[in-house]
Amino acid sequence: MNAALLIARRELFAYLRSPLGAAVIAGALLIDGIWFYWQGLTQKLLSVEVLQQFIYGASGTTMAAGLLLSMRLLAEERQTGTLVLLHTSPIRDSQIVLGKYLSALVVLFVATLLTAYMPALIFVNGKVSIGHVLVGYLGLLLLGSAAISIGLFGSALARSQVVAVIVSAAILAAMVLLWAVARSVDPPVNRFLSALALHHENFRPFMLGRLELGCVAYYVMVTNFFLLGATKVLEARRWR
Amino acid sequence: MIEIRDLYKYYGDRRALGPVTADIAEGEIIGLLGLNGAGKTTTLRILACDLLPTSGTVRVGGYDVVSAPDEVRARVGYLPDRPPLYDDMSVREYLAFAARLRRVPKADVARRVDEVVEQTELGDVVHQLIGTLSHGFRQRVGIAQAIVHRPAFVVLDEPISGLDPVQIVEMRELVRGLRGAHTVIVSSHILTEISETCDRIFVIDEGRIAWAGTEKELSSEFGQGMRVDVTVRGGDETRVLELLRAVDGVQSAEIATPTEPGEDVRTVRLSARGDVRDAVCRALVTANLSVLELVRRRELESMVLALLGSGESAARRRSKKRSESRREAPAEAAVPEGAEGA
Repeated sequence: MNAALLIARRELFAYLRSPLGAAVIAGALLIDGIWFYWQGLTQKLLSVEVLQQFIYGASGTTMAAGLLLSMRLLAEERQTGTLVLLHTSPIRDSQIVLGKYLSALVVLFVATLLTAYMPALIFVNGKVSIGHVLVGYLGLLLLGSAAISIGLFGSALARSQVVAVIVSAAILAAMVLLWAVARSVDPPVNRFLSALALHHENFRPFMLGRLELGCVAYYVMVTNFFLLGATKVLEARRWR
Repeated sequence: MIEIRDLYKYYGDRRALGPVTADIAEGEIIGLLGLNGAGKTTTLRILACDLLPTSGTVRVGGYDVVSAPDEVRARVGYLPDRPPLYDDMSVREYLAFAARLRRVPKADVARRVDEVVEQTELGDVVHQLIGTLSHGFRQRVGIAQAIVHRPAFVVLDEPISGLDPVQIVEMRELVRGLRGAHTVIVSSHILTEISETCDRIFVIDEGRIAWAGTEKELSSEFGQGMRVDVTVRGGDETRVLELLRAVDGVQSAEIATPTEPGEDVRTVRLSARGDVRDAVCRALVTANLSVLELVRRRELESMVLALLGSGESAARRRSKKRSESRREAPAEAAVPEGAEGA
């Protein structure tokens, strides 16, 4: 765990020193801000609907930010040859992956937290439940965590960051679009596919302010699955 | 210290290494010589636990690289051919990070970093970002990260690659300075570098240790006598050559490019059965010729070429090897009983 925290700390500094972290946070804030302005001030919606639409829009930027933050994590190390330092140190591959994941999660957490003023603005002229806001943000973080793990998996597979983000985006898009596939097949396969979809079925409860344990477990499992995948890719590299 | 037994490494169907069997004693500096693609880097990566072997065993300090990799890694410092440096960190930050990764206790990190900065003479750039350093300093930082945790075993892959002559001399001193405190294995294409720095030489060819021993042993086995360049002033070319060919033990004498300026100055390249330097000097001085320079040529390069075949034939063999090894059976099936590399 110590090694994972050490790696996470190094990566956090790397985010601070490179324009990537700031650019992703700024981009997410800008898009979320425009979306919130459009939903909150130009549409005739109830306060709760504004919040729901904000969470819905922010889920898109969170997924994109997760991918962009994680694309460099392993691909860049491989590209610059620094992965050798980690690979020849007495640490496990799972600690490398965990450290990288934690660093991206912290940056995403900060980016998400910085959007908190938007739901707070709803209280100026309206009223929503604090619980609804908290559950929505929990959903965003869980979705972001899953996106980071998918990005990390793509980053483990690829040598270049561009390839990494393309691979990760393809996986993420396929998982998001499972709900659409589910609509075109018969029961019980449609229910199975729908339950596997990254966004639609599993994110909607958070958007509506409902905390469902099954959905939380789903995102935790997706995160675990792809982090494990990234670890196995790193382990396999030693045999090649 | 290090035991390698029947080590094989396959990349797909291609045999990159094996069979290799060798022992390296504590405190030794071993030089790894070989052509490109001979298996040097693969050997070093396995010793550093960056790569796992297909079959065979490698034990470092009694720990197996497959079953106890973390124990091995804690005892090994590795500088790959491209130093693993984070350009966005300062030298001090990077070395502290490397030390912590290698299990140096937090309380000792600052002291260890100071020591290694002094050892590798990085004091002037210690607060500088690595991305702004010259190639020579980057190599130094690479060595510093490899020894910051005081490993028993240091693996250096082409440490002088791309350095200028001054940096090469400095790096040579640095590697020599590791003697005693560390067991070192170093690969290099610059053969004289190996002879200047190492106690023993492993010549790797087609994934096997083709020869192992000291430079002296290599010389007596493949050197076929001594080669001397002598630069003289005075006398005509024919007379000088006749004089030198008449010296007992001289097998051949040929005019070479003069090493000194001057109209009547000529350099003669001699091949001899033994040490003929004093007899050559005496013959020239007796004949009233001035001896400006007499140099024994370093033989390592020609000896290694003799061992591996000429450069041209080595290239042909390398190309043939690639096509043959693709046809070979998978790793386990290809391992011969009792195979031994060195």
